[in-house]
Amino acid sequence: MTPTRKKRLILIVAMVVGVGIATALAVTAFNDNLMFYFSPSEVAEGKAPVDHPFRVGGLVTNGSVKRQSDGLTVEFTLTDTRATIPVRYTGILPDLFREGQGIIARGRLNEAGVFVADEVLAKHDENYMPPEVADSLKTAQQGGDVR
Amino acid sequence: MMRFLHKLASPKTFYALSGRIIPWAGVSALLLILVGAYWGLVEAPADYQQGDSFRIIYVHVPAAWMSLFVYVVMAGAGAIGLIWRIKLAEIIAISSAPIGASFTFLALVTGSLWGKPMWGTWWVWDARLTSELILLFLYLGVMALYGAVEDKRTASRAAAILAIVGVVNIPIIHYSVEWWNTLHQGPTVTKLDKPSIAPEMLWPLLIMALGFKLYYVATVLMRARVELLERERNSRWVQEMVEAG
Repeated sequence: MTPTRKKRLILIVAMVVGVGIATALAVTAFNDNLMFYFSPSEVAEGKAPVDHPFRVGGLVTNGSVKRQSDGLTVEFTLTDTRATIPVRYTGILPDLFREGQGIIARGRLNEAGVFVADEVLAKHDENYMPPEVADSLKTAQQGGDVR
Repeated sequence: MMRFLHKLASPKTFYALSGRIIPWAGVSALLLILVGAYWGLVEAPADYQQGDSFRIIYVHVPAAWMSLFVYVVMAGAGAIGLIWRIKLAEIIAISSAPIGASFTFLALVTGSLWGKPMWGTWWVWDARLTSELILLFLYLGVMALYGAVEDKRTASRAAAILAIVGVVNIPIIHYSVEWWNTLHQGPTVTKLDKPSIAPEMLWPLLIMALGFKLYYVATVLMRARVELLERERNSRWVQEMVEAG
C-alpha cells in the first residue's frame, strides 16, 4: 500500500471512529428520551413525569379487563410482574388487544393513581407460529400432554 | 489475486462480465421471489395471533434487511473508491443508492400498513422507526449530493464521505430494539438464539431474502453499466464497441 493510500485509509478509519464516538455519547446522553415507554415498576418508583403525558408499557393482567356499560370505556391493569398499574381507556382497541398481551398506553396518572389513557397500542412480540403450535405449547405449559 | 482484481476493476472487463451476470442474477431473483411469494402468501400457515396479516413479513423483513445491506455495500465501495481511487468502486457506490433508498421506502411503507391494524397506529417515533427513516434521508442525501456536483469524480468523493459517516446509523438501527424500549418487536431471525419463528414460515422468508439480494445484484450491475458508459463515453473501448454495433 502506497503512503498516500495508507494516509487516506487512516483518515477514513479515524473519521468513522470519531463520528461513532460522538454518536455514542449523544445517544447515551439522550438515553432516557429514546425510551418509548415506562414500565409499571418505573411508574411505581416515581420515575415517570407528573406534569405531562407519558407512555406506559406492560402486559394486560389476566382477568382484569372490564368493559363499562357505554361499550367503549375499558378498565384493565398493566403489569410487568413486579408492579401493577390500573388503566382506563375510552376508544377503539387494536386487534391484538387481549389479556396477557403486551400493550403500550399513552396518557397521564390522575389523583386516584389511575392511568387515564388517550391511546392504546398493541406491542407485538417477535414470535411467529401456526395456531396448532401455539395450542400445543399452551397445553404443554398447563401440564397436559402434547400430541 | 491483485492482478485479477485489477483486471476486474478495468471498465472494459467489468462491462463484459456484468453483461453475462445480469441475466442469471435477474432470472434467479425472479424465480426465487415467485417461489417465496407463493410459499409465503399461500402455503405457509397463518399466524396464531395475527392471522393472515403476518404475511407482510415476506416483503417487509427482506426489504428492511436489504436496506441495511445495500447501505454497507455503498459505504464500503465508497471507501474503496476514496482510498484507491478506483472508478468502478465509485460507480458501484452511487448505483447502489437509489436501490437502497427504494428498499428502505418499501420497508417503511409495508411496516406502516401492518402497524395500523396490529399496533393501532401508522407511525410512532420509537427508536427503530425513527432510525430507519434517518436511513432513508441518508440515501436521499447521498443521491442529492452526488447530483449537485458537476464533476462526477469529485461528486463521488463527496457522496462517499457522507455515506461513510452515515454508517454509524446501521448498528443503531439493528440494535435499537434491544438497547431501548420500542413499539417495534425485537429480532426474530437475526440473533444468536434459535429464530423465534416456525420453520415452515421461516423458509419462504429466507428464499425471499435471497431473491431480493439477487435482484439487487442484477439491478446494481445494470445501473453501474449505464453509469460506466456515460463516464467512459469518450474512451476508446466504448467508441470501438459502438462502431462494432
